Amino acid sequence: MTTRTTAPPRQAAASDGTGQHRPSRTLKGERTAAAWMISPALVLFILFLIIPIVLAFGLAFTNTRLISPRPGEFVGLDNFAYLFTDPVFWASVRNTFAFALVVVPVQAGSALLLALLVNAKVRGTNFFRTVYFLPVVTSMVVVSLLWRFMYEKDGLINQFLGRVTGGAYDPIDWLNDPVWALPAIMFMSIWQGVAFHMVIWLAGLQTIPAELYEASEIDGANKLQQFRYVTWPGLRQTATLILVTITIASFSLFTQIAVMTQGGPLDSTTTVVYQAVRTGYQQLQTGLASAISLVFFAMVLVISGIQRYLTRERS
Amino acid sequence: MSRKIGRIVAASLATLAVAATAGCVAGGGSGDGAGSSSTIELWTHAGGNEAELGVITTIVEDFNASQDEYTVEVTDFPQDAYNDAVVAAATAGDLPCIVDIDGPNVANWAWAGYIQPLGLPEETYDGQLPGTLGVIDDEVYAYGFFDVALAMFSRESTLNDAGVRIPTVDDPWTGDEFDEALAKIDGLGRYDQAVDFGTGGGGEWIPYAYSPLLQSFGGDLIDRSTFETADGALNGPEALEWAQWFRGLVDSGYMAQTSGEDATADFVNGTSGILYTGNWADATVRDAFDDAVVLPPPNFGDGPKIGAGSWQWGLTTGCDEVDGARAYLEFAHDTKYFVEYGEATGLIPATLDAAEEIPAFAEGGDSRIYLELANQFAVVRPETAAYPFISSVFQKATQDILSGGDPQAILDKAVSDIDRDIEQNGGYTF
Repeated sequence: MTTRTTAPPRQAAASDGTGQHRPSRTLKGERTAAAWMISPALVLFILFLIIPIVLAFGLAFTNTRLISPRPGEFVGLDNFAYLFTDPVFWASVRNTFAFALVVVPVQAGSALLLALLVNAKVRGTNFFRTVYFLPVVTSMVVVSLLWRFMYEKDGLINQFLGRVTGGAYDPIDWLNDPVWALPAIMFMSIWQGVAFHMVIWLAGLQTIPAELYEASEIDGANKLQQFRYVTWPGLRQTATLILVTITIASFSLFTQIAVMTQGGPLDSTTTVVYQAVRTGYQQLQTGLASAISLVFFAMVLVISGIQRYLTRERS
Repeated sequence: MSRKIGRIVAASLATLAVAATAGCVAGGGSGDGAGSSSTIELWTHAGGNEAELGVITTIVEDFNASQDEYTVEVTDFPQDAYNDAVVAAATAGDLPCIVDIDGPNVANWAWAGYIQPLGLPEETYDGQLPGTLGVIDDEVYAYGFFDVALAMFSRESTLNDAGVRIPTVDDPWTGDEFDEALAKIDGLGRYDQAVDFGTGGGGEWIPYAYSPLLQSFGGDLIDRSTFETADGALNGPEALEWAQWFRGLVDSGYMAQTSGEDATADFVNGTSGILYTGNWADATVRDAFDDAVVLPPPNFGDGPKIGAGSWQWGLTTGCDEVDGARAYLEFAHDTKYFVEYGEATGLIPATLDAAEEIPAFAEGGDSRIYLELANQFAVVRPETAAYPFISSVFQKATQDILSGGDPQAILDKAVSDIDRDIEQNGGYTF
């Protein structure tokens, strides 16, 4: 999901399309081997992704329950009609979009900034790379638990802010305040994920040939111009990848919510995925949860489509 | 093109077949091999809980040794994974004969057809605390060995310094007295919070701990005369009064909107004046303070109320060896095992006979008050298959109320959600 597959090799495409010349024996053998190698992944993919998605499509139009002696009945669009009048669902959609709108640009931007910093040829960059990367290898559940303590009213963050401002700051009960709960979770999520994208930016930065920088220097470009005309165009593919992965990750916001706020206070942090899980497992409404998932699927599909269109190769 | 796809499909199917065969071979190995006696499977949530699992193992070993017709086999699960395991097994038609069930789930599982009435003689349950029986339509579906009770903890010195009367089971605080006590304790200036209701807790703790308060005000989670609607019970004037009182504690600064991770530890460390929790905190509190006192919950009008219903044992519908399973359940319902459970876990033994044999719970014992609370004030969570849904809705409603939302709107929304769910499930009739 995270890597863009490149077009198949030209040779295979040509021999396949028209069948003008018979594939040689070795090629046939290679193909059989390839089929064998794909098969385990394909089986898992179909079993755990395709089949559940098809099932969800069907279940969304029934009132199936997780635990019930009554078989699910077809209820048409009832689930969707209910969803669109449910204030909690709209709050979930709002929060999900708000989260993505803030997290995608801020996380991508900060990651690029960090990547530029640790890409500099100075001593100790390896140390900083490791430090920045530590939160990424820590489980999100653990990170969320720790930050829940830090966000408490007399927790680390308020203590720190109190010290820095010399007591002028009035402590905010971060996760219990409907205004601050979502921003607090955004901040933590960015802190946790930023280094992962820093590494991807870094990989992109290192593919840019040093000659280009030398040439632009000779042409008299300053640092800013170098970034604008050499670095940024060189990072185009990387930028697309990062945009798509952060968007998908931020739309599926769940762990932080489940651990830190359970959607509260007053629905200020509920998200579409969190609501789907809560509806499906806690409230046992498999049908309604499938409907939520279906709406989520459509949402992500549309957003990804728009992104593909905006970042398409213009020749 | 199609040949290529055909090849991939063929290879995939072959891989799947190999994997499935391997799985069956691996899984099928344990089934046979138990001599002439027939095997009865038993599942428990007590995995990792050595005290409880130890008692279960003792009972099973005693039973297996007492006759040679049946052999009971224990499989233990960690508590967090247990319910999912049972639901998955039921979906696959693969339930064991005997399962343990968390009290509030009994009705739902009975309705879903997972469990059947135990069919043990009536007199088996003489002297058993009512909260430890899973009764639906006058039929016993499950019985438990222990129960827990909610109570309030404080210190004699705190209450005396504040000039507050120490309440007893026979003469608990009224709602007004309780509010006055909180004001006086707050006035001592000794504590961050006058009372800690454990508002940092989530999940099933919320209906378990706070619906009794609601019931004491005169409201309830559902109208128990029909179990068909929550209208009037959860959004009537009494429920509204409860909601306003509860949020009022936050507004007046007597209680934290979200208390700490471990309310008992906070109380022991002196951040709160009164602690509202279950009797599992008893040992910790008494170890910390010589002058610890256990108080009954206040009477807000309809008498003090506490929750009831812990883990209980049931008999599944698909069981092949019903007679053997019944024989085991009857064998296990023996005072000596109730005593063992009580001693191992420190929880309230579910029969009065067993209580007499455990010094702490016998007349005059330190923990006797919990037995009295459980016996006099216990209200089981509604015995309806709608309970898991009601519980989830009530959790959210309570958290929204504590966060300062409009109580009437929140309760009305909760009622309409619950009623919609009941209607969608055909009234959850059996």
